[in-house]
Amino acid sequence: MTETPIFDEMWGRDQTLRQPYASFNSWLETEDTARLRAKQREAEELFRLSGITFNVYGRAEAEERLIPFDIIPRIISGREWQRLTRGIEQRVRAINAFLHDIYHRQEIVRAGRLPAEMIARNEAFLPQMIGVTPPGGIYTHIVGIDLVRTGDDEFFVLEDNARTPSGVSYMLENRETMLQMFPELFSRNRVQPVQNYPRDLCTSLMACAPDMQRANPAVAVLTPGIYNSAYFEHAFLADQMGVELVEGHDLRVVDGRVAMRTTEGYKAIDVLYRRVDDDFLDPLNFNPESALGVPGIMDVYRAGGITIANAPGTGIADDKAIYSYMPDIVEFYTGEKAILKNVPTWRCSDPDSLAYVLDNLSDLVVKEVHGSGGYGMLIGPTATKKELREFAKKLKARPGNYIAQPTLSLSTVPIFTNKGLAPRHVDLRPFVLMSPGGINVTPGGLTRVALKKGSLVVNSSQGGGTKDTWVLED
Amino acid sequence: MRLSIKHATRYRFDTPLTYGLQQLRKTPKSSNGQHVLDWVTRIEGGKREVSFEDHHNNVVELISFDRGTTELEVVSEGLVTIDDTSGIVGPHRGPAPLWLYARPTDRTRVGPATRKLLRGIDGDSDLARLHALSAAISEAVVYLVGASEATWTAEDALNAGEGVCQDHTHVFLACARELGFPARYVSGYLLMDGQVRQDAMHAWGEAHVEGLGWVGFDASNGISPDARYVRVATGLDYADAAPVTGLQVGGHGEALRVDIAVQQQ
Repeated sequence: MTETPIFDEMWGRDQTLRQPYASFNSWLETEDTARLRAKQREAEELFRLSGITFNVYGRAEAEERLIPFDIIPRIISGREWQRLTRGIEQRVRAINAFLHDIYHRQEIVRAGRLPAEMIARNEAFLPQMIGVTPPGGIYTHIVGIDLVRTGDDEFFVLEDNARTPSGVSYMLENRETMLQMFPELFSRNRVQPVQNYPRDLCTSLMACAPDMQRANPAVAVLTPGIYNSAYFEHAFLADQMGVELVEGHDLRVVDGRVAMRTTEGYKAIDVLYRRVDDDFLDPLNFNPESALGVPGIMDVYRAGGITIANAPGTGIADDKAIYSYMPDIVEFYTGEKAILKNVPTWRCSDPDSLAYVLDNLSDLVVKEVHGSGGYGMLIGPTATKKELREFAKKLKARPGNYIAQPTLSLSTVPIFTNKGLAPRHVDLRPFVLMSPGGINVTPGGLTRVALKKGSLVVNSSQGGGTKDTWVLED
Repeated sequence: MRLSIKHATRYRFDTPLTYGLQQLRKTPKSSNGQHVLDWVTRIEGGKREVSFEDHHNNVVELISFDRGTTELEVVSEGLVTIDDTSGIVGPHRGPAPLWLYARPTDRTRVGPATRKLLRGIDGDSDLARLHALSAAISEAVVYLVGASEATWTAEDALNAGEGVCQDHTHVFLACARELGFPARYVSGYLLMDGQVRQDAMHAWGEAHVEGLGWVGFDASNGISPDARYVRVATGLDYADAAPVTGLQVGGHGEALRVDIAVQQQ
């Protein structure tokens, strides 16, 4: 059996330069390696100065760490992007409709397209959202759809992030850095802009305000505080949107609204872009130990006095067992076949699937149903025998907690190394904004790259880096 | 039967309160056989912020304490008429799906003591089994005011062998769900013989039985609710249906006085 060579987004499978990279490559050929090396160092310095860092869990020695940035852009043609956008829009529309349905009549369960226990036994299902319709009917104001590519026309959705997708600040900073360092590249290539994202985010959030009549709805970003791994992003987005960055103790219920303490008294907030998890959002209604939230905010929300973005209870759409039903979910709510493919997924709660997964563990990727960030997952092909044995034990003990997928041969994009360009595996997280006015997909997104040769794990918490992502005007 | 109800709660603090919120579930709900003719909530030392109907169809009021207050008084009162439906509340109505009531909660988790109690439960119909359960609970957990803590679970109450209506209800919910019935907690008022003043609300359980819908069981009194029972709030356990859930900053030396009066008109 001959293995198909891995698809490289610059050089294809057969070392033929792909069209989207043509102009970039001709520039690259004239560039001096020493100058590029200097540029790479300069880029790293820029990131250090901008303060963009990431906290890594489970690494006591380094509380804050720089996510490595690679100067070689990932380039997608306008035509490729258009097709992706259609698929992303369809999927996001379906996810929003799904959330409305499961918190209302649960037609999808009544129709027999989703087993009731997928919701009934789901820890991410939030009973307090039953019967609640958020302002404008929007649950998922901001979505990140993680995509991987395996060929020219082959994209798969790896996971949906409808809870609190992060990473958009990297998308913006990466572009900013590239514009500063290689302005000539942007005059040679017509790259679609991503810089409008903060303005679009603000407009989109304002369009979701509870009272559509109010002229200038007040938006604020709620952060858990400086110890949160994404604090930089919270501060960055608030700054870019020109809105207040607040913590739980800055807000309280005043006159039936959630209001922010200011020097001139309390000022009501219409839309709260919260980067605090559901459980910590309101100590009166959820975890009473939480000091990060706002007591009573859920009451105000249920009475229609504030928009919370994303809506509480959206995390169920990120659930990896629900993910396996996504093709059905898309079809059920849109009446169309899903444009974007799902990775085939075995639900270990099913005894036959579990048996298959245990028999083929060394070929599969196994993930926790509620996990994220690459924590607690097993990558069969690179795991040691001992790791496989131990994981099999965990699987047998709590099969319902896991799903398994085949290892995909993720596409590669070159990175700049000391020895020149070298291919590394990548994924892509486009950012999607949703409001009653429509769906807006920012052209580009966050490309994460596994910096270790051959590695398939792109998570920044597991040593991944990022790249600027270009979508060309065709 | 026509009942007039007055429920007054007074908090007094030695030092002024900096900030405080209370979530109230004190308004009786209209349902099969129960009609709320008139109901008002008056607040002194605080004010109503918002009000909404939650996923169990409970009327919820969020109130805030006035800044620096040393006293808060909440008085709710009104008139309710009730028919005797032999404890049958009838078909389930949303928005919460019926399966939600099959979910165990922290307070109603099944453990060794619950399983032991369940082994003795028998009966040739759903109703017979649930009545047998209700009777077994009042035997296993002796009603004793002040015996239990508000945070007790069903297992705690069974292990202690004593408790109040809240504990009876939690044991009922744990067991009924284990037997396969969706079940819910009901907090409410009860007209007592020859006694108008009471110092606490009552609680009982409801199980969903095929063909009948929701049916109430009051293990503390060994009967199914009749026209003397006023349903106020429902939920998966006490936490969902509690008349008051609060949070406050400052206000030390709290003294609480509850006055409940239930009488026939």
